[in-house]
Amino acid sequence: MGEMDFVLILFRVFAALFMAGLAVIACWFLEGRKRPQSFSAAVVGWGFLITLWGLGGYAFAARYTLGLGAVTNLTDAFPWGIWKATVLCGIAFAAGGFLTACMAYVFRIRIFTPILRPIVLAAYLCYTLSASGALIVDLGRYYKIWMPIVSWQHRSVLFEVSWCVMLYTCVLSVEFAPIVLQKLGWHRLERFVHAITVPFVICGVVLSTVHQSSLGSLFLIVPEKLLPLWYSPLIPVLFFLSAIVSGFAMAIFVSALAFWIFRRPLDPKVLTTLAKGMTPFLMLYLFLRIADLTARNAWADVFAYPLQGFSFTMEMLLLTLPLFVLLKTRWSGRRRWAFAAAIPVIIGVILNRLNVAWIGLLPATGSHYFPSWIEIIVVLNLVSFGLVIFGLAARYLPLFEHPDIARHAHSSNAKDGEEVVAELEPRHV
Amino acid sequence: MNEPQHHPFAQSISRRTFCRRGIAGLSLLAVGASVSLAESETGDTSHHGAVLVDLTRCIGCRACENACLVRQGYPGLPPASFGFGPGDGKLTFKSRTFVDFREVSAFDGQMRQVPIKRQCMHCLEPSCVSVCPVAALEKTPRGSVIWRDDKCIGCRYCLLACPFGVPKYEWGNALTPRVNKCDFCDDRTAAGLLPSCVGACPTGALKYGKHDEVLQEARARVAAQPKRYVTLFGDHVVGGTSWLYLSDIPVEQLGLPTNLPATPMPGLTWNWLAKVPYIVIGLGLVLSGVSRLRSRKEHHG
Repeated sequence: MGEMDFVLILFRVFAALFMAGLAVIACWFLEGRKRPQSFSAAVVGWGFLITLWGLGGYAFAARYTLGLGAVTNLTDAFPWGIWKATVLCGIAFAAGGFLTACMAYVFRIRIFTPILRPIVLAAYLCYTLSASGALIVDLGRYYKIWMPIVSWQHRSVLFEVSWCVMLYTCVLSVEFAPIVLQKLGWHRLERFVHAITVPFVICGVVLSTVHQSSLGSLFLIVPEKLLPLWYSPLIPVLFFLSAIVSGFAMAIFVSALAFWIFRRPLDPKVLTTLAKGMTPFLMLYLFLRIADLTARNAWADVFAYPLQGFSFTMEMLLLTLPLFVLLKTRWSGRRRWAFAAAIPVIIGVILNRLNVAWIGLLPATGSHYFPSWIEIIVVLNLVSFGLVIFGLAARYLPLFEHPDIARHAHSSNAKDGEEVVAELEPRHV
Repeated sequence: MNEPQHHPFAQSISRRTFCRRGIAGLSLLAVGASVSLAESETGDTSHHGAVLVDLTRCIGCRACENACLVRQGYPGLPPASFGFGPGDGKLTFKSRTFVDFREVSAFDGQMRQVPIKRQCMHCLEPSCVSVCPVAALEKTPRGSVIWRDDKCIGCRYCLLACPFGVPKYEWGNALTPRVNKCDFCDDRTAAGLLPSCVGACPTGALKYGKHDEVLQEARARVAAQPKRYVTLFGDHVVGGTSWLYLSDIPVEQLGLPTNLPATPMPGLTWNWLAKVPYIVIGLGLVLSGVSRLRSRKEHHG
């Protein structure tokens, strides 16, 4: 073992200790700068985060000193692994951000105002951590991530996606800024940001439409590699529709969980309205998907490839079963069923992204890629960063105090909720 | 917030909205125009270089492989490895070209080894060039598809997209990983020299020339001996390649891909990508309209 190896190992250990220390600080702040209430909760919660971040520190250090070949199971035949898949999953999950903003700011469905901030924050975190974070780990020359700004190649889908992600992150910053400005008490700037929000939201919806679908278009160029169960000329449309479905599900999931964990009252109609909104898009998606598979005669592959067939079946079941809940009116009016329907939808869309970027590419590339522990730890770390930052924001920022909530409650009393729901129906116009 | 309440239709479009939409529309039109201009950029390929690989003339000496290694600055093949026998068996980060020895069943039913040189095909419309987000891969005026060190960000989309599995990645490099692929000796052909491998070929199995002439030559050889040349590869596949293969062995036994479309692969993406400006314009206008209607309803209704 050379001297250099020793230095590198020392560096990894140091990084692990550093990240573990950060985890301690994060836990301390999450607890509200107090000692944890019970010892066992501290051991489980703190211990889990400290271990995860410690391993993460080791993993990040190893990746940046040893290179992708040493820490991942990627090969020339299988060059995109779960870090790229994380980008696809994270962005699909973040679709709730543009969807809720569109409904609240463009369609002005006021019932969604209270959940706007938690969802925008969740989407913001998804974008910064999965799109930018995972890419900075995944790119071989991560320090050149800005290159698409100066070196244009507009025939590349990835070029378009990178521009959309950059611009949409700016849009999310504008949507997120009032939360920080309200905390800082910079009210003039807050009002200014509020005034320019609607055009920004419209830009955000347009950008999201384009790049959610373009994440599917990334795979249009590999008809010989991606299994026909997932390869389709319609893949951009399918990606866009599934992103909308996932956006509704994410909005249900995030708002239900955030309001429940941080003990805030939430109008149950919010969740059921979101579930009602999700239903037609889910039906349309499944109809298109099945029609497309039938038209291309791709069903035989379900039985020809055991792993891919299983993964495909799981994906379709996860997306189909909630439909029965959503279509049964006795259930769909209840928020716990709305929540229960959202979870398999989220997992189903994530599985779809994993299938497209990973499982469906295995047979034709003749590879048996499975992520290394470092790849998995890095993904888990990115997810945990998101959860911790969300937790800290919920504790220290006015995440649940949108100024419009008070204003509307004041102007139209308690009936507000009912009226706004009624606005969804055209007969009330 | 403080719009005039008395004449709802007098100011159906305020100046600010008009400007906003106008600027948005113009910029989008500009994008659309530049995109459609760029589409017609794919010029003619008559000046592109091309190589005809006549496998019936190849003796499997691997002199081409050796010349390529030497050009890259590596020591050449060790003397013992010249001639028939299994080599690396695939392209690697180090080897931009290699001679594959395929077991094929001959006309008399016996198995025999046939050599086939493999390298980047230098597609007329390359997938790798079209997918690269930063134009780190480009097709030079001589038709060579080259990789540029100064632009690459290491996203590895070219590795995923290449239908021939050509670009190779320097996985062990933590700081400046490179992509390596055959560059068709672009510096040499620019100076009027032959590509290294073609220059090293002792039997004339590799023939370099202008793409049109090489393709013509290939078709002439097939026409002269149609029973002998059962394979002509590269004239149609993925819209045509700069490397053309002639052989008396069926294409599927040579290990060349047979599941590729005859149309250029970048078109698969472009069909969708070309529609994006219209989606942007359409959706932007619709949402602006909806927003305006809803806000008016909120203020007046």
